[in-house]
Amino acid sequence: MTTTTTELTGGGAAPDAAPAAASRRRSGGGLGSYLLIRFLLIFPTVFILVTTVFVLMRLTGDPITAAQGGRLPAEELARRIAEAGYDRPILVQYWEYLTQIVRGDFGTAISDGREVTDMLTTFGAATLELAFYSLIVAFVVGIPLGRLAAYLRDRWPDAVLRVFAILCYATPVFFAGLLLKLVFAVNLGWLPVAGRASTGAEIQLQSLEGRTGIYLIDAIRLGDGEVIQDVLEHAVLPAIALGLLTAGVFLRLVRTNVIGTLGSGYVEAARSRGVSERRLLRKHAYRPALIPIVTVIGLQIALLLGGAVLTETTFEWKGLGFQLVEYLQARDFVAVQGIVVLAAVIVAIVNFVVDVIAALIDPRVRY
Amino acid sequence: MATAASTVETAADVPAAGRRPRGWRGLPVVRQLRQSVGLQRGMLVAGLVLTGIFLLTAIFAPLLAPYEYNQLRDPSGPFGAQQEPSSAHWLGTTVGGYDVFSRVIWGTRTALLVIVAAVLMSIVIGVLLGLVAGYFGGWLDRVLVVVADAIYAFPSLLLAIVVGIVLNGGESSLRGGIMAAAISITVVFVPQYLRVVRAETVRIKAEAYVESARVIGASHWRIMSRHVFRNATRTLPLILTLNASEAILTLAGLGFLGFGIEPTAAAEWGYDLQKSLSDVTSGIWWTSLFPGLAIVLVVLGLTLVGESLNDLADPRLRTRRRGPATPADVAETSVMPGAYAADTLYVDQKGSEL
Amino acid sequence: MTTTPARDVVDIENLSVTFATDAGDVAAVQDVSLAVTAGEVLAIVGESGSGKTVTARSILGLLPETALTRGAIMLTSKDGGSTSDVVTLSRRDLGQVRGRDAAMVFQEPSTALNPVFPVGWQIAEGLRAHGGLSKKEARAKAVDVLRRVGIPDPEVRVDHYPHQFSGGQKQRIVIAQALALDPGVIIADEPTTALDVTVQAEILDLLRRCRDEFGAAIVLITHNMGVVADLADRVAVMYQGRIVEQADVRTLFSAPQDEYTRQLLGSVPRLGEGRARTAERAAARPAGWAAATPVVEARDLRIVYPGRLRQPDFVAVKGVSFSIRPGEVLGLVGESGSGKTTIGRAIAGLTKVTGGSLQVHGVEMNGVKERRFRPVRERIGFVFQDPASSFNPLLTIADAVAEPLVVHGRAKNPHEARGRVDELLEAVQLPKSFGDRFPHELSGGQRQRASLARAIALDPELLIADEPTSALDVSVQKRVLELFDELQRELGFACLFISHDLAVVDLLADRIAVLYKGELVEEGTGEQVLGAPQHPYTQRLLASLPVPDPDAQALRRTEWNRLRS
Repeated sequence: MTTTTTELTGGGAAPDAAPAAASRRRSGGGLGSYLLIRFLLIFPTVFILVTTVFVLMRLTGDPITAAQGGRLPAEELARRIAEAGYDRPILVQYWEYLTQIVRGDFGTAISDGREVTDMLTTFGAATLELAFYSLIVAFVVGIPLGRLAAYLRDRWPDAVLRVFAILCYATPVFFAGLLLKLVFAVNLGWLPVAGRASTGAEIQLQSLEGRTGIYLIDAIRLGDGEVIQDVLEHAVLPAIALGLLTAGVFLRLVRTNVIGTLGSGYVEAARSRGVSERRLLRKHAYRPALIPIVTVIGLQIALLLGGAVLTETTFEWKGLGFQLVEYLQARDFVAVQGIVVLAAVIVAIVNFVVDVIAALIDPRVRY
Repeated sequence: MATAASTVETAADVPAAGRRPRGWRGLPVVRQLRQSVGLQRGMLVAGLVLTGIFLLTAIFAPLLAPYEYNQLRDPSGPFGAQQEPSSAHWLGTTVGGYDVFSRVIWGTRTALLVIVAAVLMSIVIGVLLGLVAGYFGGWLDRVLVVVADAIYAFPSLLLAIVVGIVLNGGESSLRGGIMAAAISITVVFVPQYLRVVRAETVRIKAEAYVESARVIGASHWRIMSRHVFRNATRTLPLILTLNASEAILTLAGLGFLGFGIEPTAAAEWGYDLQKSLSDVTSGIWWTSLFPGLAIVLVVLGLTLVGESLNDLADPRLRTRRRGPATPADVAETSVMPGAYAADTLYVDQKGSEL
Repeated sequence: MTTTPARDVVDIENLSVTFATDAGDVAAVQDVSLAVTAGEVLAIVGESGSGKTVTARSILGLLPETALTRGAIMLTSKDGGSTSDVVTLSRRDLGQVRGRDAAMVFQEPSTALNPVFPVGWQIAEGLRAHGGLSKKEARAKAVDVLRRVGIPDPEVRVDHYPHQFSGGQKQRIVIAQALALDPGVIIADEPTTALDVTVQAEILDLLRRCRDEFGAAIVLITHNMGVVADLADRVAVMYQGRIVEQADVRTLFSAPQDEYTRQLLGSVPRLGEGRARTAERAAARPAGWAAATPVVEARDLRIVYPGRLRQPDFVAVKGVSFSIRPGEVLGLVGESGSGKTTIGRAIAGLTKVTGGSLQVHGVEMNGVKERRFRPVRERIGFVFQDPASSFNPLLTIADAVAEPLVVHGRAKNPHEARGRVDELLEAVQLPKSFGDRFPHELSGGQRQRASLARAIALDPELLIADEPTSALDVSVQKRVLELFDELQRELGFACLFISHDLAVVDLLADRIAVLYKGELVEEGTGEQVLGAPQHPYTQRLLASLPVPDPDAQALRRTEWNRLRS
């Protein structure tokens, strides 16, 4: 393979010249325009998802019939449908729905009469807290172990780590949760079985002025050591169950990408100058591998949200996922739609943030 | 890229690869099995064994299971709920009074049916859309990509639930339930196949052999069917295995949330796990442990196969034999396996859901 | 350089390297013994698979784990203070030797530099691996060495990232990295292969300065005999893992001993070889030929690639005019980005013409519809550059060669076309049985032959050959070029021959056109363009091209230096 490259760049350059020149020019154009374009991309993404969800949900009929059909006399049902405006043309309803969402109004839940926006913020805090804990678990477990596996590639620790990673995502979160509960809560009795806090702590937290809904923060503001401990103890098992799932994906991701960069020309070049293997792994191979890793981690937020629904149900963690299942059972599609749309917005925003981070790491975009 | 492989030069103007083995030795999985070494081989074999057991169990479920999946009593009377494992019920009975062992066995059938249905449907749709989008480009391509990306980034379980709501208007017969689950999963997978096939198509479209066909004046249809299609779908078996495991997890997730298949219609592990949720608190372990283990083992097996195939297809990730012990003659053949498979990596960008 | 005492910095004894592969063990290097004296340039030449790169890499212990190395490689530090055997060194000690006693310059500068770290940091990494320097000192040293390899404004540039440099500058930076620790020997593995010929001249000049100013010995791995003639003091020729000949550079070029060396030197195309042939062909042309309707005629041809996402367009071809008459071979020469490939693609209808006029077989390509152009396609053949990707990996060679016959209705299916396919394979000197093989079962040279067979299948009046031999070894290239010439005489097609290599174009072309940044700067016969170039770019291009003769090359170098100043 010594003679091939002469004109591979040259000959192939003509058709490729435009993008190559373009990226060079982007380096002049700067980060700003890239970020702006990337930011504007959030809107079509959210729009598509909102529309898809709206269309799909309405294929089944109007929400009131779905929730209360059969339980109410026909005239009463018709009256309520007319009251809520579901008898109007679907396009009118769609337009109204869009304008409402833009104003942050997701309507009123049918089953419990709550403002959906209010419900989202209340339970969203709980989900946010769980997601945050699990991400910590995922990062702490997944990334160092992935680097280790790449470094010890094809030796037995690598095999162990890989099987561990596969087990992490081969195990459904709810099953992992059940096992953890069985062992640590029921048999050993070390940790609470379910919930976000014990009843006593819950009452104390509810009494706090200006609650954030994130129990750890509230507990710290309360200043009661026992409450803090109680809140943390409740979080351990759900965080591990959900965190390990994501950790498995991170581990494999880091391993694959670091192995890729470890075999690259620039790592070989650094090795030829006497840079130690340890440093090659920690700096030279890791940093370039980070760019694809960060991008893919963004996609994992979807995995995490899906997993949260199942984890919350398993541990009765009263967040959006838990509520979602409740509303699904009540066939309250107004509330369900609210939760799904919120998920869409979160996903779009997280992916934007992740692209910004990736751009900041990658000098080719930055300059 | 000056990878380790490129340090080895090909002997002056000889083929870059020896003649590919023909016959059964050239079959996809067999070839990779022969190619693999050491740990990689171990993982592949373990995965194949687990997958094989899964398939055999599904096929022979009626012979293996002592009872029907929806059987509540035998001639000696009802089974009783939450019975501990015993000689009559090896793995105990559930809260609903079903035999756990039988339901675990029958569950393989449900899982297999859903995988096959979901994967087949998503491949047909995804490949078709991917080929068209990648080959013709233009506004259709842009629209498809934006939609696929939006769906791809969205939590697939939530999406499956939404689709499930649409389809699941109280349907609970075996076929309806399975089709509903399969369609929900299909909607999740189509964007993935579309992305992969489209990316491959765009790459292959720029290859010299496609350009050469264009210079000759071959029609779009001929180029797509003869040159692009088979080359663009070469990586699919690999994605297919990884997706199959994801399909099982999604199915179990749906079942766990109550969107699965009713116990009278078919045995479904996720549903059984949901029902065992309350058992765990009172220390009843057998109702949750076995269906859960079944899911883990099947997913583990499929993932091991998929990952091993992925590694073997990727020159960077493939393990090669270590330094030889015996000297060899100067070889006429070369050392470099084709580097064409390097871009199969994006397969594991998302990982599996749940 | 004369001040250094004649001491060996590298002493290789009975080196053998074996690789473990799927197909069993393969010996890449066998029983090689070599010595590199301080301050000399030793060139190791050979074609693909000769083991030259493996030999060079083993000096730094940079072989993959699949390799088994035997023999001894004694590496002596520059001051002569320490000597160690690389083969037996521990991983840690190897780290100490690498970069300090011997350093490496890689073929592809764009992959040898880490895209996410500033170049100064990367140079400093090598320095700090060998200890004793603070961050500030390392940076100062990096600035210094960047200045010495000719990077302007090194104080500023030291903080820039690789993508902010041009290809030639990147290779300078790679050389700077190698020089940073002042090693006794620099191993340069095809250091100019990825570069354009004008940039190559600069890098060769820099390497010469590495030896003269830094006193480093250089092991130069190359397949390019011109580069050898330019830089080397001594040459080792490798073939199939063994050294077949070692001699000082003048002896080797004037009186090669080994049969393989002679053959290798004989295969190198030389400037001026084609002149007699061109004259003979011109004389044989019938009267009135010059007035014949051209097969291809371009008038102010402009080709623009639209920019994406608000970015400005890229103009690849800026108003080029030329014509190709029936049976004539036009050579199109230029460096990367000159637009030569774009022109070839436009003629074949692969790239849209955006301005001016391009007539192919009388069809105006500006705004042409595929339906209108399709009948013309069977009168055009195309040979692509990369033999690796020019065949569908899933079709046999016979099926691929039959493709044009089937598409244009000369045969119903590949099976029916087999007779004609066999004829074609015979015409390109491939055994008929090769028709049943798959592309990966053929070598690069064989694939280019098959590619030719496919291109001439419909007996076209025009053939476009886009760098058909640039991926091949010289000896293989020679045979393919000869075949090409034979076919052209026999079938009499007109041809656009695109290449970056002046000598190759000179060999085949009746007329040569030189492209520079999308503009045609000079056109004429080989004698006119290469014998007395008018345009400064052509002059520079010609002077940059190293010729395979040390004495002649020394003269050219002087000329090049004059042009540069």
